[in-house]
Amino acid sequence: MTSPAQPDPVQPDSARSSAPDAPAHGPADAGPDADRRPDGRDQAGVVHQILSSSWLLSLLALLVALVVGGVLIAMADARVQDASGYFFARPQDMLVAVWDAVRNAYVAMFNGAVYDPQAPSFQRSVRPLTETLTVATPLVLAGLGVALAFRASLFNIGAQGQIIMGATFAAWIGFTWQLPPGVHLVLAVLAGLIGGAIWGGIPGFLRARTGAHEVIVTIMLNYIAFYLLSYLLTTAAFQRPGSSNPVSSHLEPTAVYPLLLGPGFRLHAGFLVALAATVFVWWLLSRSTVGFRFRAVGANPHAARTAGMNVEWSYMLVMIIAGGLAGLAGTAQVMGTERYLTAGIAASIGFDAITVALLGRSRPWGVLLAGLLFGALRAGGVTMQARTGTPIDIVLVVQSVIVLLIAAPPLVRTIFRLPAPGKGRAPRPVAPAPAKEVQA
Amino acid sequence: MKIGTRAAVLATATALALAACGTPPPDEPEATATDDARTPEVEQIDYRGCIVSDAGGFDDRSFNQAGYEGLTQARDELGIEISQAESQGENEFVPNIDSMVNQGCDLVITVGYLLADATGGAAEANPETHFAIIDDQSVDADNVKPLVFNTAEAAFLAGYLAAGYSTTGTVATFGGMQIPPVTIFMDGFVDGVAHYNEVKGAEVRVLGWDKDAQTGDFTGDFDDIAAGQNLARAQIDQGADVIMPVAGPVGAGGASAAQQSDGVAFIGVDKDWYETSPEFADVTLTSVLKQMTPAVFDVLSEAVAGNFDNTPYVGTLENDGVGLAPFHDLEGEVSEELAAEVEQLRQDIVAGEIVVESPSTP
Repeated sequence: MTSPAQPDPVQPDSARSSAPDAPAHGPADAGPDADRRPDGRDQAGVVHQILSSSWLLSLLALLVALVVGGVLIAMADARVQDASGYFFARPQDMLVAVWDAVRNAYVAMFNGAVYDPQAPSFQRSVRPLTETLTVATPLVLAGLGVALAFRASLFNIGAQGQIIMGATFAAWIGFTWQLPPGVHLVLAVLAGLIGGAIWGGIPGFLRARTGAHEVIVTIMLNYIAFYLLSYLLTTAAFQRPGSSNPVSSHLEPTAVYPLLLGPGFRLHAGFLVALAATVFVWWLLSRSTVGFRFRAVGANPHAARTAGMNVEWSYMLVMIIAGGLAGLAGTAQVMGTERYLTAGIAASIGFDAITVALLGRSRPWGVLLAGLLFGALRAGGVTMQARTGTPIDIVLVVQSVIVLLIAAPPLVRTIFRLPAPGKGRAPRPVAPAPAKEVQA
Repeated sequence: MKIGTRAAVLATATALALAACGTPPPDEPEATATDDARTPEVEQIDYRGCIVSDAGGFDDRSFNQAGYEGLTQARDELGIEISQAESQGENEFVPNIDSMVNQGCDLVITVGYLLADATGGAAEANPETHFAIIDDQSVDADNVKPLVFNTAEAAFLAGYLAAGYSTTGTVATFGGMQIPPVTIFMDGFVDGVAHYNEVKGAEVRVLGWDKDAQTGDFTGDFDDIAAGQNLARAQIDQGADVIMPVAGPVGAGGASAAQQSDGVAFIGVDKDWYETSPEFADVTLTSVLKQMTPAVFDVLSEAVAGNFDNTPYVGTLENDGVGLAPFHDLEGEVSEELAAEVEQLRQDIVAGEIVVESPSTP
């Protein structure tokens, strides 16, 4: 039962190979089967299922968000503003201006997130895609942590603090210890994992032992982590020698994730860790007894207790694993892209992770895709603002509108006049997955 | 519901229709149609200046905004093209600088010491591109020009002025975060008060900063204006009647706390708050100016002329890179004698007779 908490994050195969063992546990069988094919039972209306499926809703929410974003882009554009002043005298001016503004902005976004044909070299052309993967890495890891806790119906708002602690632990190992390559890297990753796990475990423990609500505890732990790091960065143990700024030394080259595609790209091995973690969480939730308990506790703690499950232990364990995943996101930041520690090492990843988890409907693969989408929006937003002068705020608006629409499926259904889902299958606004699966 | 919707649509449509009845500009060649809001008299030159902000954004009333204004001034007066990238967090520094380089920028201005490592990395990878970084001189490269400011000199004047202006014998300062570009103001302020005490045999106290121990009061960030107000309030309660917050936009909290109390004056930093925040004009005694806009403009105009070099630019009282703003509305409250002493002090510092030192001096 302790094995899921300590996966080998670099080798997805190890997690996958142990997967077949899980169904042998018997009671878990019903859960995994239902999870694998949530929509495969009702033979009657395949079209109906597709139309009412959550994925179509996510896609449509994205579409609506892009349209709303387009309107805002057009409104923020100077030419559109000028042309709208004489709309009735020469309407085509405004329409052309709107089309140009929106098209250029989204084309720039695509160029910045996927492929840039204007770049001088092939390497620069494909670099945007690798940037998307790089930006997505910590979002996926932290998103998995939030999603996992959601499945046990715990609201883990503390990913931010868990990332910070993970990054702090990993960085300290990374810049103070001198170890051979390989060993150093693994130790630093483990340190990050442990740092996050401790920070996630505290609210889990408090919830289990005292009933203290995890939302308030995790929020407060975010502040504690942030200011603790700010303080540490002014101490001799962390501050870069010879600098009066609150930044740490650079990590030793042996303690950073190796670059996957060479020095021209920022993509680092942390991305593989994120993929491995996705597989691990999938295995944990749908192939292991522990995951089955998490979901059972999430669906109905009283029933789970009656069935002989240790609810308190599940709360603690799920928060420890969730914290460990967020801690890995911290390592992706400090050992992957930044390579030194500052107070802003976590940026807003811990909060974006909540969004990513919601958008991914708290499922591992969904979180992976949502993280990639967010990474693309972020990476593309940089180019969009540089090339077209569109404020980066618009990108954030688009992201927020997506989440708003995801959180309100009936709204999207109404907009597109989709049929309502069948009885008992209605997705709920927040983290609908646990309830749905256990029912099935 | 439906009627309500119709009414709303009708109202919106009417408003739009009224707004859209202007006359179109006469048909002109394509050139002007694509040209944006630039001043037409200036001839466009093939030079692109760019800027990357830190997390504060270009509307922070502080160094990001000042740097950006230097860039737009160069666009208007020198005819260069500009690009800008606003960072949402520290993980965006590298991609933002990279995207600027990709845009074909000739000179990239990065704002703040937090961007130092990112700037150094980009400078190494792109030796053909020039960089200028504000508030940091840790990057040592042929194509990076540091722009730093010895604000302690100007804050020294402000401290002296505050000590002379105070009737309660207590003045105060606080910071946003404990970082060198902030504490250098506070060091100068404390020294200025100490100088006043020494010259006049007075015993004016400074709340909020202990220069020797390098500890003091900070709000913890540059966003939370309410925290600034609370901190200023507490300092006023302890008797302070002149307050200098060194906290970017959070300074507004200090200013409004001063406004709500009788006889409390406020000293702004970075820009002249009398002009940028006229709502506090009645309590603004002066501002400690950090002239980043002209510094950025000068670097750009030198670079456009082909004279870029990596010698650090250090703003001082002597080169007007830092200074003290006019007293504006409170001029009548400052005795002529005190004003003359502050001016004399300025000349002494310029002449090197008084040396203002701070651990954070660039």
